[in-house]
Amino acid sequence: MNDSVVLITGTRKGIGRYLAEHYVAKGCRVVGCSRSATEFESDRYEHFCLDVTDEAAVLDLFARIRAKHGGLDVLINNAGIASMNHVLLTPVKTAERILKTNVLGTFLFCREAAKLMQKRGKGRIVNFTTVAVPLKLEGEAIYAASKAAVVTLTEILAAELAPMHITVNAVGPTPVKTDLIRSVPEEKLERLLNRQAIKRFGEFRDVANVVDFFIRPESDFVTGQTIFLGGV
Amino acid sequence: MPDTQEIQSIIFAAIDELNVQREADRQVEKSLDTKLFGKDSDVDSLDLVNLIVSVEAGLAERFGAAVTLADERAFSRKSSPFKSVHSLLAYIEELLGEDPT
Repeated sequence: MNDSVVLITGTRKGIGRYLAEHYVAKGCRVVGCSRSATEFESDRYEHFCLDVTDEAAVLDLFARIRAKHGGLDVLINNAGIASMNHVLLTPVKTAERILKTNVLGTFLFCREAAKLMQKRGKGRIVNFTTVAVPLKLEGEAIYAASKAAVVTLTEILAAELAPMHITVNAVGPTPVKTDLIRSVPEEKLERLLNRQAIKRFGEFRDVANVVDFFIRPESDFVTGQTIFLGGV
Repeated sequence: MPDTQEIQSIIFAAIDELNVQREADRQVEKSLDTKLFGKDSDVDSLDLVNLIVSVEAGLAERFGAAVTLADERAFSRKSSPFKSVHSLLAYIEELLGEDPT
């Protein structure tokens, strides 16, 4: 992993921040982004403030990566937003925002990353889905639908990018104690954990472990797969 | 306005890159008349994708601007700009010649 160039979206806090620190500690050159600035500083870390759905800003980010690093080894599409609500109380604006960030943002980063990776004839892309997809969680219709789209995107991109030796996989975390679930009632989370084979909250390291597996050189025959945590 | 020769050399460099991956008897000719898809073309769909991406990268390096060749306009035209080297060249000239505002 030494000196590999790793791009991670949504690195200001939560899992993204943890992954940025994790790969810096492994000796990677990490490029991160989020809508606002981060407090994380390292000479192996560079942060960009942008919205993952802003095509011009994303193209500019990739142009900078190309100019500075000459390529990209790994993309981790962590940025995502959620909104839990009954479908009858879900504003179209909220639905639009979730679909744009989670689906279009992921697509845009995959497309541009693959262009950079294609030149070197290798690359790893890891997308983020959720256990809300297989568990079909009530109150999460749009969020789960957007993450189901990420699974399909992952599977089809895996096929389209395989000739370029780029693998595309997805990780589906269980609830991890981050801002994303702060508004979910405790008894609902409890019920959810009870549907997992292993009934505990996920930890950042559980997610990092799956990402580590997908991006290691030996995983070059693993593509189009989704690994859900917790035995879902 | 960018120089036609420069754009042509970027396209030819992308064809060179493509040819490295192809057998000696299946080399793509560096000519304005070379067909890039359709029944008269030796370039398959994946080669065309690689070619377009290489040309985009070459344009970004040379002109410092992010140019997206595969945009909606390109796909909605009656006559595809990706039909031949000549049509691709004309399309790039058109895109680069536009006022960015």
